[in-house]
Amino acid sequence: MSAPTHQITLTVNGETVSETVEARKTLVDFLREDLFLTGSHVGCEHGVCGACTVRVDGAVVRGCLMLAAQCDGARVETIEGVSDGGEIADLQAAFEKRNALQCGFCTPGMLLTAQELLAGGGVPSREKIREHISGNYCRCTGYQAIVDAIEAVAMARAGGEK
Amino acid sequence: MKIAEDNPSTLSALDRPNSYIGRSVPRPNMGRLLQGRAQYVSDVTLPRMAHVAFVRSPHAHARISSMDGALAKKAPGVIAVVTGAELAEVITPWVGVLTHLKGLKSAPQHAIAVERACWAGEAVCAVVARTRAEAEDACELVQVDYEELPAVTDPETALDSGTRVIHPEIGDNLCFERVHIAGDPDQGFKNADAVVEHTFVFGRHTGVCNEPRAIVADWNPGEARMTVYQGTQAPHMMQNLFAKHLELAEHQVRVVTKDVGGSFGIKVHTYADEMATVALSKLLKRPVKFVADRIESFVTDIHARDHRIHAKIGVKNDGTITAWEIDDLTGIGPYSVYPRTSGIEANQVVNLTGGPYTCGNYRARARVVFQNKNVMCQYRAVGHPIATAVTEGLIEMAAVKIGMDPLEIRRRNLIADDAHPSQGPSGIKFEALSHHSSLAHLDSMMNYAGLRAEQEKLRKQGIYRGIGFAQFIEVTNPSAAFYGVGGAKISAQDGATVRLDATGAIFCHTGVSEQGQGAEAVIAQCVATSFGVPMDRVRVIMGDTDNTPYGGGTWASRAAGIGGEAAWQAGKALRQNVLAVAGSILQAKPETMDIRNGVVVDLDTGKERIGLDEVARIAYFRPDTLPPGFQAELMATRHYVPRAWAFAFTNGIQASYLEVDTDSGFVKLLKHWCVEDCGTVINPQLVDEQIRGGIVQGIGAALFEQCLYDSRGQMLNGNMADYLVPMAMEMPDMECGHVVTPTADSELGAKGAGEAGTAGAPGAVMNAINDALRPLGAKPLTDMPFTPDKVLRALGKI
Repeated sequence: MSAPTHQITLTVNGETVSETVEARKTLVDFLREDLFLTGSHVGCEHGVCGACTVRVDGAVVRGCLMLAAQCDGARVETIEGVSDGGEIADLQAAFEKRNALQCGFCTPGMLLTAQELLAGGGVPSREKIREHISGNYCRCTGYQAIVDAIEAVAMARAGGEK
Repeated sequence: MKIAEDNPSTLSALDRPNSYIGRSVPRPNMGRLLQGRAQYVSDVTLPRMAHVAFVRSPHAHARISSMDGALAKKAPGVIAVVTGAELAEVITPWVGVLTHLKGLKSAPQHAIAVERACWAGEAVCAVVARTRAEAEDACELVQVDYEELPAVTDPETALDSGTRVIHPEIGDNLCFERVHIAGDPDQGFKNADAVVEHTFVFGRHTGVCNEPRAIVADWNPGEARMTVYQGTQAPHMMQNLFAKHLELAEHQVRVVTKDVGGSFGIKVHTYADEMATVALSKLLKRPVKFVADRIESFVTDIHARDHRIHAKIGVKNDGTITAWEIDDLTGIGPYSVYPRTSGIEANQVVNLTGGPYTCGNYRARARVVFQNKNVMCQYRAVGHPIATAVTEGLIEMAAVKIGMDPLEIRRRNLIADDAHPSQGPSGIKFEALSHHSSLAHLDSMMNYAGLRAEQEKLRKQGIYRGIGFAQFIEVTNPSAAFYGVGGAKISAQDGATVRLDATGAIFCHTGVSEQGQGAEAVIAQCVATSFGVPMDRVRVIMGDTDNTPYGGGTWASRAAGIGGEAAWQAGKALRQNVLAVAGSILQAKPETMDIRNGVVVDLDTGKERIGLDEVARIAYFRPDTLPPGFQAELMATRHYVPRAWAFAFTNGIQASYLEVDTDSGFVKLLKHWCVEDCGTVINPQLVDEQIRGGIVQGIGAALFEQCLYDSRGQMLNGNMADYLVPMAMEMPDMECGHVVTPTADSELGAKGAGEAGTAGAPGAVMNAINDALRPLGAKPLTDMPFTPDKVLRALGKI
C-alpha cells in the first residue's frame, strides 16, 4: 500500500523545483517538509487561521487548502522569497517599529495578506484593514498594532497623503 | 507615585547616561520572525528523526479491553507501535499535587493510558513512523476494543453519592476544597441596606496557541543524554521532570527552547503525549517528533475556567460594602495537572475576590471536582478574570440597586492609595497599589461624563450602548510561595550571567524565556543600561538548560520583574569587574570611572579613557601586560528572587464601551480602555502590547470562546471553524494609560503586566452589556460567553 504520487515542476521563490509528491500532500507541507521553507506555518489545517498563507501565481492562497500536485507549473512565493526580494521591506520595518507581532507565528501570513491589500493602492480605512486581515488569526497582539502598522505603510506609500 | 504618559519623553529615575529603561526600543529578535526565518520546534528536523501519532480514546471513560497493533506494525514506514503498558516500562507516572494546597488529591497519570482512558482524546497507543502521515495511516489500523464506562461530566453532580467515582482509590471526585472566612460576614450582611445575589458562570475555554504544542526528543545512547527541543515556558522545570520520570540524572537532560508560537500558560504544563514522545525516543534510541494537530490541541491542551459561582454582596445606601460571599465550583477533568496542579485557579478565585476593596467580611468556598473531560489548569491570568468579573459584576449590580454611579461606589470602597501596605479580604498582602489614581486617570482618559451623555442621547434613538468597568488586582513576580513551598521544583528565583566578549560586546545568559512577550528586549535593555553599552552590543541567550543560569522561565508575569532585576544586577557587577581591569590598565582608581555607551570614561567629566574593545583585547590577549597578581574577571552572575512580598500585586481598571444590536443580539465593541500600574515601566510599548493582547484574550472569553461538551463527555467544537476566537474585524481599538508605583523589593521596581488585560476585560465587557440592556428590563447576563442567543434570551426575544 503506497500512496499515489505525482511528478511536479514549479518555481518556488524564483528557483525551479522538480519533485515527486504524494497526491494528498498539501502545498504548505510540501514547502515545509520537502523544501525546508519553514516560514509558512501550519496552524489550523483547515483554512481558518491564515498561518500558511503563500502566493501562487501572484494570488494569496491558503497553503493548507491547496495540494502540492495542483501547483505543477505554478509560480509559488513564500515569505522567505518575498522578504529577499525587498517588496515588503517597508511593511516589515513598520511591524518591527510598532511591535505588530509577538510570537511571530502568524506574521508571515499576516504580512502577505497585508501586502495584498496595500498592492491595491490608496489608504484603506482602519475598518477596511481589519476586514482584509480578518482571515488571519493572531492570538498575541489583539490586532491593533497590526492595523496601525499596515495603516502607516499605506500612508507612507501614498506619499503621506490620506 | 506619578502618572506616566504612554511613551514618556523623559527618562526614569533609573537613568544612566545611556538608559534604555522606560524607552520603547524594538525587540532585537524580530528580524527572523518577520522573514520566516525563526525556528519554532515544529520546524526542527534531525537526522533519523521519526514521527509519532497517537491513537486516542473516542470515549470519555472506557476500559481498554484489548488492543492489537499487528496490522499497524506492518504498515509502510512504521517503526514501532507502543502501548501504555509497554511505555510504562520506560517512564514512570506522576501525580499532580502540591502540599500547600491542603488536602488536594489526584491519581497517578501515565504517558499513555494503561487499561483505562479517562477522557475523550487521551492517548491509548503510540505509532512511530518515518513520517507523520504514515504514522497517522497506521493509527487507523490499530484495533482497540473498549468497554464504555459511565462518564462524569456535570460538576454539579460530581460529588453526589450516585455518581461514579472516577478514581476509586482516592475515595471521591473531590480534588480540592478551600473554605475561607474573614471578619464577620453574617453581621456584614445584617448591616446591609441591600443585598445582591447572583450566579456567575464562566465557560470552559482554551489557549488556541497559533503554533500547537511541539516537541522533538533526541536520546543519544552514546553519551547517555536526552536533548529535548520543546516549545515550553519553563525549560528548567521540564528538565527536572523529564529526568525524574525517565529516571535519569538532571544533567543527562538538556531542554532547548527556541521560538515558541504562543503560550499564554498553555505550554507550562506536563502533557502526557509530550512525556510519551520523550520516552519513545529513549526506547527507540532515535529522535522522535510530536506536533499536536489542531484537533489534538483542542482535546489535550489544558482547558481553563469552567467555574460556576454563587455570589453575594451586601451594601449600605451610602455605597459602603458590608460583606462578600462566594461559592465556587469548578470541574477540572480526570487528573490534577502536573506539577502545578489544577487547584490553583479556584484557590486564586478565593484569594482575589473583593481584593481591591476595604470590606473584610468575607466568606468563600471553592470546590474542585474531577470529570471525564479534558484536563484543566492554569491559563493566562489564572483565576483573575473570574474573581474580577464576580466582584465587579456584584458591585455594578449593587450600584444599580442603591442608585449610585458605578465609579462612585468604587471610590467609596477602594483601598486608599496611601493606606499601604494593606491586605485584601482573603488575607493577601499588598505592598503598594494605586486604585484611586488609576480610576481618576481612566475617568478623564475616556471622558466618562461625555460618554454617559452620548449614551443617554442615543438611547432616545433606540441605540443601546453600554459602559462597563472592572477594577482589578494582578498577581505578578511570584516568590517561592506560589509553587516552591508546595514541593514543586519550579524555580522562583532567576539568574543572569553577563560576559564581556573579546571585542567589547556583551552576552547575557538568562533563565527567563521568550514566547513573544519581549523578554529578550527587556533583558537587553536592563543589561545595556546597567553595564553601559548600546543595546546593539548585547546578545541575549535564553531557552537552553545547558547554557543559561537555573531559572523559572516565563509565566505569571515574572520575566521582566524577576529576570530583568537579575540581569540589571549582573550588568552592574560586570561593570565593576571591567572598571577594575580598566583601572589596572590606566593606573586609575576604578571608582573614579564609569562605562557609558561602550566606553570607559571619567565619572565626573565623562571624558573618554579607554574603549571596551581595548580593555577586552588586553584582558584576553595581552594579560601579560597587566600588573602581577591581577586577574581580570569578565563574567558576572547575579540571581534575584522577591523576598519581602509573596507576590508583587499590580492594579488597574478597565472600561468597555459597546453597542448591543437588540434585534440580532450581536455585541459591537466600540472602544476599550485600561489604566494599569505595573511599577517601573521598562518598555512602554511592550507593556501596552501585553495589555492589548491580554484584553483581546479576555474579550474572547466574554463573547466567543467555549469548549462545548455533550453529556457523554464529547467535545463538540474542537476545531477553529466551530470554536470562535477573536479576529481583527470584531476587535476594538484599545487605549492604555499608566500609573507608576514601583515595588521596593527590587532596584528596578518593575512588576509584571502580562495578566492585566485578561484579568479585567471579561468583567468590563459583561458590565457594559448589562448597562446597555438595563433600560430594556433585561435580566443581567452573567453566563460567559455572551453569545447572541443569550443576549436575545435576556431580552425575552427568544
